[in-house]
Amino acid sequence: MNQLRRTLLKFSGAALAVGTGLLKAGEVFAAAWNKPAFESKAVADALKNLGAPNLIESKDIIITAPDIAENGAVVPIAVTSKIPNTQSISIIAEKNPFPLTSTHDVANGGEGYVSIRLKIGETSNVRAVVKADGKFYTAVKEVKITIGGCG
Amino acid sequence: MAEPMKIRATLQVDTADVRILMQHPMETGQRKDAKGEIVPMHFIQNVVITHNGKTVLDAQWSQAISRNPFLGLRVKGARAGDRISVTWTDNKGDTRTDEVAVAAPS
Repeated sequence: MNQLRRTLLKFSGAALAVGTGLLKAGEVFAAAWNKPAFESKAVADALKNLGAPNLIESKDIIITAPDIAENGAVVPIAVTSKIPNTQSISIIAEKNPFPLTSTHDVANGGEGYVSIRLKIGETSNVRAVVKADGKFYTAVKEVKITIGGCG
Repeated sequence: MAEPMKIRATLQVDTADVRILMQHPMETGQRKDAKGEIVPMHFIQNVVITHNGKTVLDAQWSQAISRNPFLGLRVKGARAGDRISVTWTDNKGDTRTDEVAVAAPS
């Protein structure tokens, strides 16, 4: 019930933003940048702002990352989701000042795979959150950092 | 003016393996310069990748993505010669679009 209300509120908020011309035409094409989620300083808040407070642990998400990364400024992370109908992949570095690093919405033949390079401040869990069929799945991998990358 | 991206799209059976390298400082807003002043945030917020005009990946990024970002993705159902276009937009409104054709496997 409450969850539905949240979703509705968010939708009407987005509609309002478009309707009142707060968003420029070019930005409507791309999904609006999720400011509250990206500015959350706690993992729980970031998840809440992503609309994903309840996560299901899944073995069908594979996080490819080094066990030990010497340079935290460039940590290669790849996430593969074998969950059918994967809609989006978000990547969270749990101990970063702003944990949510990225959200990737896939569609039209884009596969449940994304590979990026992250800055990670200190040894931390890297969490992948995959949205599929409206549900949220998650997996975690620890990455040890020798030299932090947020300075 | 933003530097051009390096994009490589290679066909592997029925899937295009796309690798993108963008040129961008990706400032976090936490780093200080030689004078001890904070370097303002400057990072790519949105990346949209299209395959023959249809959006296949719509990414939202934070400042935690590394400098000169790399992005790898796979596009199912692609054929050699298909157009892959990449557009990024940063938090200062700067934007750049580059396009390549999917290359046949060598």
